[in-house]
Amino acid sequence: MVVELAPAGRAPSGSRAALLVVEGLWTWYRRNWRATVVSSVLQPVLYLLAMGLGFGSQVPPSEATGGQPYLVYLAPGLLVAAAVQNAAFESTYPVLSSFKWQKTYWGIIATPIGTGELVSGQLLWIAVRLAVSGAVYLAVAAVFGALTGPGVLLSLLFAVLTGMAFSAPIVAYSASVNDEGDSFSTLFRFVLLPMWLLGGTFFPISQLPAWLRPVAWLTPIWHGTELARGAAFGTWLPLPSLGHVAYLAVLVTTGVLLARWRFRRRLTR
Amino acid sequence: MVAATVRDVTDVCPLVKAAGLVKRFGPVEAVRGIDVEVRRGEAFGFLGPNGAGKSSTMRMIGCVSPRSGGELTVLGMDPDTDGARIRARLGVVPQEDNLDTELTVRQNLQVYGRYFGLSRAHLRAKAAELLEFAQLTDRADDEVDPLSGGMKRRLTIARSLVNDPDLLLLDEPTTGLDPQARHLLWDRLFRLKQSGVTLIITTHYMDEAEQLCDRLVVMNEGRIAAEGSPAELISRYSTREVLELRFPPGEQPPVEPFMDGMAERVEALPDRLLFYTADGEATLAAAHGKGLRPVSTLVRRSTLEDVFLHLTGRSLVE
Amino acid sequence: MARDLAEAARAARTPAPPRRALLLRVLPTGLYAGRARVLLERSALANRRAWLTLLGGFFEPLFFLFALGVGFGRLVSQVTGPDGHPMSYVAFVAPALLAASAMNGAVYDATFNIFFKYRYAKLYDAMLATPLGPVDIAVGEISWALLRGGTYAAGFLLVMAGGGLISSPWGLLALPVALLEAFAFAAVGMAATSYMRSWQDFDLVQLALIPMFLFSTTFFPLSVFPRPLQLVVECFPLYHAVEMLRGLTTGWVTPAMLGHAAYFAVMAVAGSVVAAHRFGRLLLR
Repeated sequence: MVVELAPAGRAPSGSRAALLVVEGLWTWYRRNWRATVVSSVLQPVLYLLAMGLGFGSQVPPSEATGGQPYLVYLAPGLLVAAAVQNAAFESTYPVLSSFKWQKTYWGIIATPIGTGELVSGQLLWIAVRLAVSGAVYLAVAAVFGALTGPGVLLSLLFAVLTGMAFSAPIVAYSASVNDEGDSFSTLFRFVLLPMWLLGGTFFPISQLPAWLRPVAWLTPIWHGTELARGAAFGTWLPLPSLGHVAYLAVLVTTGVLLARWRFRRRLTR
Repeated sequence: MVAATVRDVTDVCPLVKAAGLVKRFGPVEAVRGIDVEVRRGEAFGFLGPNGAGKSSTMRMIGCVSPRSGGELTVLGMDPDTDGARIRARLGVVPQEDNLDTELTVRQNLQVYGRYFGLSRAHLRAKAAELLEFAQLTDRADDEVDPLSGGMKRRLTIARSLVNDPDLLLLDEPTTGLDPQARHLLWDRLFRLKQSGVTLIITTHYMDEAEQLCDRLVVMNEGRIAAEGSPAELISRYSTREVLELRFPPGEQPPVEPFMDGMAERVEALPDRLLFYTADGEATLAAAHGKGLRPVSTLVRRSTLEDVFLHLTGRSLVE
Repeated sequence: MARDLAEAARAARTPAPPRRALLLRVLPTGLYAGRARVLLERSALANRRAWLTLLGGFFEPLFFLFALGVGFGRLVSQVTGPDGHPMSYVAFVAPALLAASAMNGAVYDATFNIFFKYRYAKLYDAMLATPLGPVDIAVGEISWALLRGGTYAAGFLLVMAGGGLISSPWGLLALPVALLEAFAFAAVGMAATSYMRSWQDFDLVQLALIPMFLFSTTFFPLSVFPRPLQLVVECFPLYHAVEMLRGLTTGWVTPAMLGHAAYFAVMAVAGSVVAAHRFGRLLLR
């Protein structure tokens, strides 16, 4: 009946702590993955079929599609767009819920894991999710003959980078949200949807009116799409590509810093 | 004219009358034939542990759960046929606050009043009066979500009063509140009782039942185990005083050696022995005489908790 | 003091005799208090601060319409219209977008919103503790969804008209048709919600909505599909809405319209009956 009270806890190092956060999220996901399959995996595939095959059947190859059949033109763009959309979902409700409804973040920071490591772990987990969903999408796209070559593997990398360039700032934003998530539907409608429709996924932004093009240049989705198409079709130029990567990297870094600040504010004040 | 007759009838007849009332959920019998009468102006309590059938009974009285068997009249009417007319004169405080989180504090009161068909002008004044009663006037235009548990509870109670009910149903009104918030709520409920509102309260807190109820029934496993005023129940089912002896984990002695007249009854809880006796100090001396060495001792007056322990079959000695 | 107030209030309260409207006579007592209007008041108040969300519902199809005009419509300038003749791609898709947004709005209201209020906010429990009955709640909630959906549809139709995308006076009927469609989807959505156990089940809603949105001849004509798939598409409710609305805005009105309308009438009635029955059982157990 005597209870041994030897302390068993250890304080893990920074990178290990972040991995422990990922492990915790993975454990949850293993039980709850079913609810995300449709939106994260099936949805982009269905879009590829509907827009690439269905709508694409009406599109003659032209200058706008780089001379490619529309299905082939669309495939890398949709890879990026899907990553951004998944990033948007994974960075909003689950994050708010971990603060507000499930309160799992409060549980985590009661352990030796700190807010910085928590942010790293959460973002790393989102990146893993984007990579896996993207890989499944590519496999299906290959079956339908939408892929041109191994360059798409590089496209996948860019898609994850683009997703994270959107995710990190949104995670910071979600850490500041206090309502029932109503502000997210505004974000989805007024930021995500226009970006999705007009950011170069379905047609080149050169078709946009001149006044709208600078807005498109600001969106991560356009930079990511340029990179992903360049990698897939081997048409990229070194200097612009470097510029795209740099822009996305700046977004990721800024987002991470903002997220760390917002998490610290909310969890440890 | 009709309404006046009904009121006259309920002035002499019980506001709630149940006979052989039964509630079944599939094979589970939550309420197993209870007889209850609640009279105008009294505070009536259902006391019992979780799962005793209190909430099911309250939902049947509140006309949101059809009875599976037996008789039930509320305000002289049958819930099966006159549910809406009965509910128009009830106030209901559910176990869990179900405030409208999309509305402000004041709007919660006003919109709820509209469900009763009350006019907007009347509700403007009524909301102000109820906010004052619930001490929420300075939070009137705030969101509901950030309110503390005690404030939400007071708002829920204020909301239940919006139609000036003849009968107020309170399902565990203070569960989960801190002591200060509980006392504030008790004070508000006491004032309501003073102003003539009939209260029906469920609780598993014995002190709450003792504080608020004129008369109560103890429920256990869907049946009524005892009925009476708190004082009656204590004198009928317990002794004047109780001696509590606490022992370190694993060193609590068995009760059998002490059942020889040292006390009227002895109960064993996981961490202590309870001796029911008229004179606690004398029993303590006797216990020391028998060589008992507890880590702490307490002599106290008997409470409903003791009644409850006795009635729910957890006692070892009769 | 409190007692005086209580008495005064009791005197002031006019126990208005409930109007014996048609619903009151056909329904068992206690299910309907004839006060569904009050739920509309509640919704209006609750959404007063969520105007941006409400406005968003209007902008969503407009973004699509804009993207069609500058983007998709320049990749594909013409498609085969309902009458077999080529027509402008934008005019082809616009009525389909109207149908899709009516569906999305109605289903969203009837599933996510209702589930939240029913399961988490326990709002309906609070309402049922008052003289309101389940039918008041159902009528009130569906009316709000239709009011909102109808406003969006009207706005969208105005924009279509302004852009020269409505080529027939039959287009005026597009509004009531969109409302019928929304009602049918809301009713079926509510019935489905009564079977939902947790948020996880809502992915099944997406599973139904996304393919329907993409493949109900919204973005390309039915002839693109091989015949077996055409038969599948023809079963989708959204397909029938698209057919009806596209026919009305282009002036290609055939007797088949009555068939499409009947499809939605059946959906609306069946959905309402199941939803009312199920929610009555769930809330009044």
